[in-house]
Amino acid sequence: MQNSAINVIFQENNIKRLFEGLFVTAEIAFISIIIGSILGILIGLSRTTKYRLVLFINRVYLEAFRIIPTLVWLFVFYFGVTTALNIDLSGEVVSIIVFSLWGAAEMGDIVRGALQSLPKHQIESGKALGLNYYQVYRYVLIPQAIRRMIPGTINLATRMIKTTSLVVLIGVIDVVKMGQQIIESSRFQFPTASFWIYGFIFFLYFIICYPLSRISKRLETKWSN
Amino acid sequence: MKVIKVINVMSIDWNFVVTNLPLYEKAAWLTLKLAFAGIILSLVIGILCSIVIYFKIKVLDVIVQAYIELSRNTPLLVQIFFLYFGLPKLGLKMSESVCAIIGLAFLGGSYMAEAFRSGVEAVSKAQIESGVSIGLSKSQLIRYVIIPQAFSVSMPSISANCIFLLKETSILGAISIMDLTNLTKDLIGMYYKTFESLALLVLIYLIMILPLSFMLSWLERKVRYAEFGN
Repeated sequence: MQNSAINVIFQENNIKRLFEGLFVTAEIAFISIIIGSILGILIGLSRTTKYRLVLFINRVYLEAFRIIPTLVWLFVFYFGVTTALNIDLSGEVVSIIVFSLWGAAEMGDIVRGALQSLPKHQIESGKALGLNYYQVYRYVLIPQAIRRMIPGTINLATRMIKTTSLVVLIGVIDVVKMGQQIIESSRFQFPTASFWIYGFIFFLYFIICYPLSRISKRLETKWSN
Repeated sequence: MKVIKVINVMSIDWNFVVTNLPLYEKAAWLTLKLAFAGIILSLVIGILCSIVIYFKIKVLDVIVQAYIELSRNTPLLVQIFFLYFGLPKLGLKMSESVCAIIGLAFLGGSYMAEAFRSGVEAVSKAQIESGVSIGLSKSQLIRYVIIPQAFSVSMPSISANCIFLLKETSILGAISIMDLTNLTKDLIGMYYKTFESLALLVLIYLIMILPLSFMLSWLERKVRYAEFGN
């Protein structure tokens, strides 16, 4: 009985549908990681200034995303912002907006940490060589900072991929939703479908995130000394 | 047209806020209770796992490593769906709150284990050898040398994990637990008071997490007094 129930995954076009759902999840994660990284780099650079106001705004922005759960942000944008501005946004668009903003906040912190961890004499040596402000960043700070940023960035990417599982709660047809539909439609034929389908989705997330976290751990130990 | 809409939203229906505040209070307590149980359990799991890894206990340490990787690389929502919808099919039925606590502990345990592990690893070998050379027994070594130093190193990650777990409770609504987000979704659906419901939701999360975060950073200073110097 249980041995045959695993067939629910491979029956008809179920596996194709699950991968379609996974593709939606991956698409949201991918676009958000790209937008978040670009915005995050700008935010991180802006956090190295001395202007108190800029620092304060950045701090509030980061803490807002750290304190309030991501699901609440999804709700705020999906229900709140759409009503307040009287516009219509699909679940996918809302997810991309929220994940990009969240990613940008966290990425900004990673960039700031990397830039500030560089010893001060690097900047001073650059200036002593006659490099201007832009050149110091371009040729001295950024190449070194990128190395320190990469493990953290990969970690953030895995966190974002994992968190995209929440989009099902604002009505996006992602891999979890596809799984639920398959369970519903095959409940009479395969009563134990939910065990296998959720197990399979669990496994899917694992095989995406595990290599990424291994790479980040390896780079971290490799580059830390 | 749009401007009128914005003004409408901004005029808060205080009556709605006052009548529904008790519901939010109830949901907040439920959230706190589940998070508390989850945090305590994950601390226990974390300590056990880090002991297994530290002493390299055979067979068990492979299982613990596998558990840590599985739990860290999958989302809580999928874990909880598997516990709540998947396992009953094999005859293991659990109530929503038990599922929620087990799910939180399953996720949090590995994060706590990593926090403890990094702390224990940070205790320098010279410290342990000095302890041995002045004649401390193994249990004394653990009690007086390793734990105090390891704890002060891992405290920041432990407190970050506590806040992380409290935030993760927001998804428990998916298995029909009446937590804050689930309540908000219901209220928006029933009364269309989007602005009020969401404002209450955000406010209550701030009220819960801000004091916790201050409290934990105070505790951190206490525990790490050797580094802060007071």
